[in-house]
Amino acid sequence: MSNMLAIAQKELKGYFASPIAYIVIGFSAILFGWFFINLLYYFDRMAMQAGGGFGGPQSVNVNESLIAPLFLNVSVILLFTLPLVTMRTYSEEKRSGTIELLLTSPLTDLQIVMGKFLGGLVLYAAMLAVTVVHMAFLFAFGNPEWRPVVTGYLGLLLMGSCFLSLGLFISSLTRNQIVAGMITFAVFLLFWVVNWISTFTGPTTQAVLNYLSITEHLNDFTRGVVDTKHLVYYVSFIAFSLFLTVRSVDSERWRG
Amino acid sequence: MIEVQHLTKRYGPTTAVDDVSFTVEKGEVLGFLGPNGAGKTTTMRVLTGYMPPTEGRAVVAGFDISDEPIEAKRRIGYLPETPPLYPEMTVRDYLLFVSRIKGVPRASRAARVNEVMERTRVADVATRHCGKLSKGYRQRVGLAQAVLHNPDVLILDEPTAGLDPKQIIETRQLIKEFGGDHTIILSTHILPEVSQTCHRVVIINKGRVVAVDTPDNLTARVRGSETMYVQVEAPAPADVQTALAAVSGVTHVSLAETRGPIAGYEVNSEAGRDVRRELASAVVVKGWGLLELRPLRMSLEEIFLHLTTEEVAHE
Ligand SMILES: Nc1ncnc2c1ncn2[C@@H]1O[C@H](COP(=O)(O)OP(=O)(O)OP(=O)(O)O)[C@@H](O)[C@H]1O
Ligand SMILES: [Mg+2]
Repeated sequence: MSNMLAIAQKELKGYFASPIAYIVIGFSAILFGWFFINLLYYFDRMAMQAGGGFGGPQSVNVNESLIAPLFLNVSVILLFTLPLVTMRTYSEEKRSGTIELLLTSPLTDLQIVMGKFLGGLVLYAAMLAVTVVHMAFLFAFGNPEWRPVVTGYLGLLLMGSCFLSLGLFISSLTRNQIVAGMITFAVFLLFWVVNWISTFTGPTTQAVLNYLSITEHLNDFTRGVVDTKHLVYYVSFIAFSLFLTVRSVDSERWRG
Repeated sequence: MIEVQHLTKRYGPTTAVDDVSFTVEKGEVLGFLGPNGAGKTTTMRVLTGYMPPTEGRAVVAGFDISDEPIEAKRRIGYLPETPPLYPEMTVRDYLLFVSRIKGVPRASRAARVNEVMERTRVADVATRHCGKLSKGYRQRVGLAQAVLHNPDVLILDEPTAGLDPKQIIETRQLIKEFGGDHTIILSTHILPEVSQTCHRVVIINKGRVVAVDTPDNLTARVRGSETMYVQVEAPAPADVQTALAAVSGVTHVSLAETRGPIAGYEVNSEAGRDVRRELASAVVVKGWGLLELRPLRMSLEEIFLHLTTEEVAHE
């Protein structure tokens, strides 16, 4: 446990010592703000038409029409920012030779992988923390339900963890961080668009494609529903990616 | 302290280390000598648990590196060929991080880091970023990193590579100091380093051990015959050569150099036979001037070349 935290802390310090943390947090704050303002205008117009005014009794539901789409839009931000977070985790250690320090220290491969995952997760949580400000604004001037907001954040954390664990695995495959970043982006994109063609296919294929899509599982979370089905999907996705990463580090040892 | 048995490591079709066996006693400093690509780094990587062997086994400080890697690694300090530094960390932060993952107790970490920084002479760059250090300082921070948890066994891959002469002497001194209570394996290309710091030498070539011995024994072992250097002042060098060759026990005389009337000769004689007196009288009897007479020793360089070129006949 202490070993894992040591690695996680080292990773975090690394993010903040380089521009990555600032780029990732800044970029996501700007994009989130942009989505927020646009959705807010849109919501405001709809609310006017409904005749209730902002936060009025007859108004359009702020959770359904503003917060849920906002959360779904976050997946776009993750598509661009999370590859930056994971691309160097293993690649850079391999390139610079510091992997020799980690692998000859009394640490297990799992502790190293979990430490790196945790470091990325904390940075991602910091990224999400910035968006809490926007939410606070909604709570101050309106009266949204808090439950979908909390489950929405839970869903975002889980979805982000999927991306992070997958990115970690891809980074463990190459010593070139740019290559790692690009492949990670491409793979994220694939998981993001995989169900776009589902409307043209048969019901079985549609179900499969929807199930595979990382973002599809977020919908229920943004509506305040925590379905075991989605939890199982996210948790097993994360566990499997981390498992693959441990295997990849181990097989790298054999190949040298 | 270190026991290596029939170690073999293959990278796909290339065999980097081929059936290597040796042992190192507690407190001993073992030199690992070999040309580029001999398999020194590969052997060290297996010993430190960085990569598993293809065949054979290694026991370090009582623990098999494949069966109980964590226990073995607790007792090993390793300086890889490239010091494993994080460029964005300061030297102190880096050493604190390493002491943490090596299992130094939290309470003694700061004091231990300071002590090691003093000892490896990096205290003056404690707040500098590792990425901005000169090669010599990187190497020393690498050494500091290896000794932090006071390991029983130190494995150093070319610890003096890239250092200036003063730093080389300091580093050798440091290695000797650590040698007292640690077992050390160090690899090097520099031969004098071996005779100065190591108790024993393993010479390795193309993945195979070609010799294991003390530096002195190696010198003696390779010297098949005695060679003398004789410098004589005489009118005709050819006469001197004939006269020297006539001495009983001498097998061969060659002219090494001439400077006017003075000439130097290399005289080979049968092994174990001291012909110095006979050589001296042979010169003096003729009335020539005997300027110099001394035994020529084969240097470590020559031994090394001798052992690592085709003549593996001594094995
Ligand atoms: N990761 C690797 N993959 C494939 N072959 C390798 C790898 N590492 C080393 N080798 C090969 O194994 C052999 C031994 O290499 P090694 O690095 O152990 O030599 P060395 O004695 O340390 O050499 P040097 O004095 O140059 O450091 C070489 O032929 C090298 O090309
Ligand atoms: Mg080497």
